[in-house]
Amino acid sequence: MLSRVADSLYWMSRYFERADHCARVLDACYNLMLDPTKASTEQRWHRITARLGLGSETATIDPQTAMVTLLRDAGNRSSIVSCITSARENASQVREQISSEMWERLNQLYHEVTQTAAVMNRDADVLRSLLAIREGAYQFYGVTDATMSHGEAWQFMQLGKYMERACALPVLLDAMFSTANGADDLDWVGLLASCSAFEAYCKVYTADLKPERVAEFLLLNPDFPYTVRYSAERMHTALDAIARLVSARKAGGIERIIGRLRSSLAYAQIDDIISRDFQRFLSSIIEQCKSLHAAAHEVYIEYPVESAFEA
Amino acid sequence: MATPSPIAEQSIPGPFAHYELGGAYDEMFRASGRPRSHYRALYSRLLNLPAEELRRCKQEADLSFFNQGITFTVYGRAEGTERIFPHDLLPRIIPSNEWETIERGLTQRITALNAFLKDLYHERKILNDGVIPGGVIYTCKHFRRQMRGVKVPRDVYVSVCGTDLIRLPDGTFVVLEDNLRVPSGVSYMLTSRKAMKQIFPLTFRKYGVRPIEHYSQALLSTLRSLAPEGRSTATIVLLTPGVYNSAYFEHAYLARQMGIELVEGRDLVVHENIVYMRTTSGLKRVDVIYRRVDDDFLDPLAFRPDSSLGAAGLFNAYRAGNVVLANALGTGVADDKAIYAYVPKIIKYYLGEDAILKNVETLLMTEDAAREHVCSNLHKYVVKAVGESGGYGMLIGPHSTAQMREEFRLRIQDDPRNYIAQPTLSLSTAPCFVEGRIEPRHVDLRPYVLFGEKVTIVPGGLTRVALQKGSLVVNSSQGGGSKDTWVLQN
Repeated sequence: MLSRVADSLYWMSRYFERADHCARVLDACYNLMLDPTKASTEQRWHRITARLGLGSETATIDPQTAMVTLLRDAGNRSSIVSCITSARENASQVREQISSEMWERLNQLYHEVTQTAAVMNRDADVLRSLLAIREGAYQFYGVTDATMSHGEAWQFMQLGKYMERACALPVLLDAMFSTANGADDLDWVGLLASCSAFEAYCKVYTADLKPERVAEFLLLNPDFPYTVRYSAERMHTALDAIARLVSARKAGGIERIIGRLRSSLAYAQIDDIISRDFQRFLSSIIEQCKSLHAAAHEVYIEYPVESAFEA
Repeated sequence: MATPSPIAEQSIPGPFAHYELGGAYDEMFRASGRPRSHYRALYSRLLNLPAEELRRCKQEADLSFFNQGITFTVYGRAEGTERIFPHDLLPRIIPSNEWETIERGLTQRITALNAFLKDLYHERKILNDGVIPGGVIYTCKHFRRQMRGVKVPRDVYVSVCGTDLIRLPDGTFVVLEDNLRVPSGVSYMLTSRKAMKQIFPLTFRKYGVRPIEHYSQALLSTLRSLAPEGRSTATIVLLTPGVYNSAYFEHAYLARQMGIELVEGRDLVVHENIVYMRTTSGLKRVDVIYRRVDDDFLDPLAFRPDSSLGAAGLFNAYRAGNVVLANALGTGVADDKAIYAYVPKIIKYYLGEDAILKNVETLLMTEDAAREHVCSNLHKYVVKAVGESGGYGMLIGPHSTAQMREEFRLRIQDDPRNYIAQPTLSLSTAPCFVEGRIEPRHVDLRPYVLFGEKVTIVPGGLTRVALQKGSLVVNSSQGGGSKDTWVLQN
């Protein structure tokens, strides 16, 4: 497969996941802001933007406006519209690689988001729009798994999706825990809801909401798709498959990084993590993901030409 | 209150009530209400088809094109403005005897033009023999000095060509233009056939239409036949300028149909005169490039240094014989509109035959008498810049203003080599479904000719339609559309 094509598939998937993630967080937080709590709406909003890893500039405007901005402002690179547009742009580069059903679904979602975003005037429209995006995302993932060969191209998409997820979850947790003073049950429900994880959490721990249990679930649970550990396992599977498919020359570096990440999640204990330095643990996950991205990029996408002739 | 006379209703029935025959040759009718024999079956089918039904078919076809993403990019608007290619429902039908002449004519023409290109870049006999003045060649902006003495596989310079034919009022087909560089549109021919089979399945079968679906395989074997010797399993790729090119849909479509890699310039690396593409499993050698990028942009080291669409070093690899480009470099000299005037002589010179398909009368502005005459009668002529295509750089005399004519007069006198003039021609008309009724519109025909080990012409081609009433401009960039072309078995 052409390196450029692999890169486009990877980024298509990452941008798509980013849009989906943003829609989940906004949806969960929007619901939260409707309930009266100790924290003011502004404080809540500040927490939301922090959870998405955004700067403080969006925190200063009023929440409703800011929410709409994050949803539809094409000038804002982090907005859902921008992410979907980027995903579609990458998809159009690789039209001959993805299935027609995937293209049609993505195209449809793009038109839905750009068109409904233009005529958003009642507050219920925001929620409706977020719901449409989340449903569109489920359909896109479903169609992708059902209509595309699970070969190299699909594996690069998997890698992109779970890379994005593994990077986004620690940001979300960090924001929640660093402002946890004054957080109540509703906040923890909101956090779980932004990972569609409330029901799955309850099955493991019952509805007894404890911060360290929530953290344990979202970081270390091996079975639920919206956890860091699950994402790391999926990245490992994808990278392993890719290495076998292309008889990779120098995948050793990649293997080491993903191996270290996997074991640090598999053998970690939440009490240890929290009692030592929670924040550092979270940022080390992000660091490891970044070096994994860089290593994969250097082996498969932008390898130096000279190295390719040595083999 | 007047009621329509029943007799008039009968002589020109329902859907054809607004079909006005002009001075042009009409593909369907010999005279008002009297269809030609090969159109009779379609004619009676249409008489029994309510306009509502046709409209529904049209909507279905458009939706199917939209969903398949059969679009082209409109330049000069917001980035990536995509439009579906306007498609007309009614097929253009060509009987087998007419097609046979076209086929022989095109084969003769491409054979002669290839011989001409080989001669031009090697011995230059045709110039030394004084058949064509050397000045015309060397002043042609698509002549590539760099190609002198370069050996190309099988001496095939033009392996893919799309020749524009038009039909004169007397019914004969003539060549309007040879497109020997990177002709496009073949994907519209293939997708519109697919749609027509869904819309008129029974009529299609009854007609015995010759198939065109093997085009992609024929193209692939043509490309394979050009592969460098000793490369048994040649790697063939399609080189596209990228997603913002107006024909990107076609590039992706053909690559998918042929099962070859769709590459961009940035995917290619040239190392010690060998061309490679960057893949996830390392560099992979490329043997044949079906390039849809113009000469000028192929290699920033050899041609335009500002181009990012090609690959540095590609030309040297090509000259060394390590990679094949189809079409070859420098073929544009043979579709220069001034050289076009010499094609009948070229055919005579290399093949000793008369041209089967005639040219349109063409006046070279380098000739004094012709220039004087044209400049004082500009309203009667079509003036074209010699190196342009796609309907750009053109003056259509009868539809021009005094100011435009004055501008062209100055331009011609300023640079006579850059212009030719042709009498205004009436393209033939064919029935089209427009705004709920059937009306005649002007059409041309672009068959696609493949030249490798042998000449292959899939029966048919792209019939382009000037959808504006009375318009003679069929280019898609200027509001043209397409229709399916049915070549009959017998």
